[in-house]
Formats: sequence, C-alpha cells, structure tokens
Amino acid sequence: MPEWLFWTGGGLVAAGALLAIIGAIGVLRFPDVYTRIHAASITDTGGAGLVILGLALLAGLTPTTLKLLLVWIFIMLATPAAANALANAAFGSGHSPWSNGKRIVREETKGGGQ
Amino acid sequence: MSLLTHVNYFAVVLLMVAGLYIVFSSGNLVRRMIGLALFQTSTGLFYISLAKVAGGTAPIRVEPDSETARELSSRVDPGYAAQYAIDGVVYSNPLPHVLILTAIVVGVATLAVGLAIAARVREAYGTLDAGEIADADRKAGRGPVP
Amino acid sequence: MTVLSAPLISLIVDVALLAMLLVIAVSIAVTRSLLASILLMSVYSLIVAVWFVVLDAPDVAFTEAVVGAGVSTIVLLGATLLARAETEKRNWRNIIVPLLVALGTGAILLYAVTGLPEFGDAASPANQHVGRGYLETTPEEIGVPNVVTAVLASYRGFDTLGETVVIFAAGIGVALMLGFGERSLAGREPVISPRNGNHHVVLRVVAKLLIPLIALFAFYVQFHGDLGAGGGFQAGVILAVAVVLHALVFGLRDTMAAVKPGFARGVAALGVLLYAGVGVVCIINGGDFLDYDRLFTPDIEAQIPDWILPSDKPHHWGQHFGILLVELGVLLTVAATMVTIFYGFAGRLTDDPQESGT
Repeated sequence: MPEWLFWTGGGLVAAGALLAIIGAIGVLRFPDVYTRIHAASITDTGGAGLVILGLALLAGLTPTTLKLLLVWIFIMLATPAAANALANAAFGSGHSPWSNGKRIVREETKGGGQ
Repeated sequence: MSLLTHVNYFAVVLLMVAGLYIVFSSGNLVRRMIGLALFQTSTGLFYISLAKVAGGTAPIRVEPDSETARELSSRVDPGYAAQYAIDGVVYSNPLPHVLILTAIVVGVATLAVGLAIAARVREAYGTLDAGEIADADRKAGRGPVP
Repeated sequence: MTVLSAPLISLIVDVALLAMLLVIAVSIAVTRSLLASILLMSVYSLIVAVWFVVLDAPDVAFTEAVVGAGVSTIVLLGATLLARAETEKRNWRNIIVPLLVALGTGAILLYAVTGLPEFGDAASPANQHVGRGYLETTPEEIGVPNVVTAVLASYRGFDTLGETVVIFAAGIGVALMLGFGERSLAGREPVISPRNGNHHVVLRVVAKLLIPLIALFAFYVQFHGDLGAGGGFQAGVILAVAVVLHALVFGLRDTMAAVKPGFARGVAALGVLLYAGVGVVCIINGGDFLDYDRLFTPDIEAQIPDWILPSDKPHHWGQHFGILLVELGVLLTVAATMVTIFYGFAGRLTDDPQESGT
C-alpha cells in the first residue's frame, strides 16, 4: 500500500471519529429535539460515512472496497431518511422548535405538510 | 487470576445481576420480559467469552499458504502457533458460536410468546401489574391464596 | 501471557464496550418508563453485537444485530402498544428485597468465576476437545470454509432441526393467542396504516428504494453463509425485517395484501418440512438421518447431466447440497415465523377504542 493512501485513509477515519464525538456532544448539549436530531444525524451520515470511506481506501482495491462502498451508499440513503422521519414524527406529535428561549406555536393542526 | 484476565466474566456476572434484579423488582410483565432478555444476552456473552482464543481469528478457515493465512500467522508467536494453530492459523472456538446463534433467534421467538401472553393478560385483567392481577384473582376467588 | 499476546487495542475496546453495557443495564434497571427501557434494550443489543465482533464471532454478531436491535424491539413495542404502556408504581419493599437476592446470586457467581480459566486461554477444556475437532475436520469432511455453518447445518444438524421446530412452534403459539392479523382486515383500521403516516414522503421514497435491497441482501447472506458470516437464521430475520419495514411505511393492509398471512403460515411449515425431508431422504438412501453424503444414490448421480455435475465433481458435493437445502428450510421457517409474529401483534392493534376489553 502506498504511503499516501495509508495516510489519506487514516485521516478520513480520524475525521469521522472526530465528527462522531462532536455529534455526541451535540446530542447531549442541544436544547430541543430538533437540534438533537440534527446532531445525531450528522454523526450518522458524516461520521460513519467518513470512517467507511477511509476504511475503503485502507482496504486497497479488493472486493472488500466494493462492499464498503455499498454500505456507504446504504448509510447515505437510510440515516437522513430516518432523521427526517423522526423530526416529522416529533412535529406531528406537537413538539415546538426551540427559538432563543421562546416557543414557536404551530399553526397547522394536522400533519406536517405534504 | 487477576482482574484483567477475568474482566469479561466479572462484567457478565454484573449484567446477569442487573437482569435478575429487573425480573424480581418489577411488577410489570413486559418489564420482567425485558429483564429476562437481558439475562439471556448475558449468558450469550459468557459463552462467546469462553470461546475466544488469544491471538485467534473468526472460525472461517482460510486457504492454507494464501496471503491471508500468512498475514494471520505472522501475528502470533511461533511457539504458541506450533501448539494451537491449525494449518498455521489460530482460530477461536466455533461451537459456542453455533449454540448462541440459534439461542438468540429462539430467544426472540419465545420472547414473542411471552409478550403475547402478557397482551392477553392485559385484555383479560385490564392491567399488567403482577400484584394487581393477583388481587383480582383473590377477589374472584381464583388462584393460589397466600 | 495469553491476554498480553492478544493485541492490546482489542482489550481496550473490550473493556470500553463492557463499561457501556454496564451503564445501559443499570439505566434499564433504574428507569421507570417502559418505552425508555425498550429503546435502551435495543441500544444494548447493538453494543453486544459490536462486542461479538471483537470476540471473533461475526456470525453471532450478525444475528444479535438483526434480532436484538431489530425484531425484538419491534415485538416489544407492539406488545407495549397493545398493553397501553403503564407507568410503574414502586415502593421500597419492591427494591430492597430483589436487590439483596440479585446481589447474593451475583456474589456466588463472582466467587465461581474466579475458578474459570483465563480469558482467551487456548488450552482451556472448552477450547480443546470437540470445538477444536470441528475446526480440524471440517475441510476434509464437510468442505465449507465457514466452520460455524458446517457445525450448525451438518455436524449438529439434528440440534438445529429442533431449534427450527421451536421457532415454528413459537410462531403458532403467538398466532393462536393474538390471531393471524385478520382483525385488521375485517373492516377495522389497523394502527399501522398509511393514514397515520401519510406525510412521511421522504420515508416512503427511501423505503421503496431500500426494501428490495434489504431482501436482496438477505439472499446474499443466505447463500454466502458457506464462505463467510451468514446463514439461514440471519437471512430469515433480515427478510422478515424487509416485510416489517414495508408494513410500517405503507400500512399493514397493503403488506398483508402482498404477503398474505396464510402464505406466511404455509411457508413456515414448508421450511420445517424441507429440513426434515432432507433427513428422511438420507435415510431412504441408506444413510443416517441428515447424513448428507448419502443424499444422492450413485445411480441418481450418474443420471445428472455433465453441465450440472461434472464427472470430476468436488468430493463434498452431497454435503454442499444438503447444507444448501437445510439452510433454505431454516430461512423459510424463520422469515415466515417472524412475519407471522409481527402480523399477530400489529394486526391486533386497531384504532377501535372499544378494543381494550374482550
């Protein structure tokens, strides 16, 4: 494995791990459900995505690389959709977004807008 | 014997204790089922911990003298490998894996049966609390009277 | 010596995961909300799965991830909805006495643990004898690389047949108690219906993309089970999860139209029949029950054209074919049983307010 490939892959994995830590802090520190979903979603897509891309580079050009890329595509599709569904469900069940300490009152009563 | 060489087993025992405590302390039938699931998982952890062989790899036989085999055998000490390796590679024990693999799937099936019973109990008694169910039985003159 | 010869990094990961598991287990014991404990249980299963990978058990990790974090969470949530989640009332007597009993048991177990061989000891009785025997003889006798599959489907095939029957019986038990989901077809609106989630447009689009991929992945796991981690149990649960996802996004009624409850019941029985049938064929051909080497008598083998079975066929042809059929039986039974169980719980959840009492 060339030197530069090792360092690029390792750097991506480290960046992903860093994003995961930042996301975890965000989940703990953010004020309401929507900002927390945002933090968790970044961890999932960004953090896990970067780690998998890094591992794909580290694996060299083998069938493992292809499998990792497929996993990466799956994560890129699934986790944003899950975060969206979660936020949608939170909105549907009447959680108001946090805004500078003031509560925003929802005008719509049913559904989240088709 | 030191803490480090048995850390897995100690942790498994603590998880078992947590499961057991949930089963005993909770009156809610669904929560009791969760406690049982926790207990069952800790048994699985114990088996898999026993099956681990130091320096070993997953029990999937690699082609002898292939690149993977050479890389795996380079990780272990030659003297150790001479004693425990099979075709140059040290593997973990597959048997507990098989037992726990099937036990997990059987476990979720039996969990479903338990929860189905709990759901029917809720329909018949209007509650999931074991104490209240016993009270209702006593009032109706059914079941064991303590 | 044994622990130090293992990479230090895996020990660190091991201890970190154990610490997480302990924190989650205590949280489950402490929390009063039923919903929170179910979700914590799901997280717990996922971390257990990661731990299994660290301990060289990818097959088990696979199963735990799909079953623990997927199916059992769904079943628990279904039961909670049926039971109209109650908050728990507690008093001190209900905490002290169980705590003492549990801690007492724990103390005895901790004492017993000190007598166990070291973690990772290759010379321990458990890791010598039969487990090592399977590793040594699998290439000559069975001829598949994944020893776990070889032991599961061939060496201990009888055991696995019993487990498949247990799963089938559990499915029947749930169906007898909760019904096959027909209630929701008989006019009353199921709780899991598109009416209750109509605005999830993004979810619908992505689910439409993912459901076929999940089903395809299930078959990959099924047929790759000889070579790597995977097999009938894992694939069956993944296939069932695809059906469950369809129901959650598109509504139970649409799913029941696609995969009929009666069809699921039939397939579950067919799986057990296929498994046991392979064993019976082996007996008819003069072997023992589930002795796959006798699956084909020589005169039948001679009739198979050359392009299917070359004359220089691999030595373990019967074993390969037997494992394939048996794993297929496991796949059918597990997938159909999980779907039946899901239908049982989900089909009983109707929007009818009169539903709670019978």
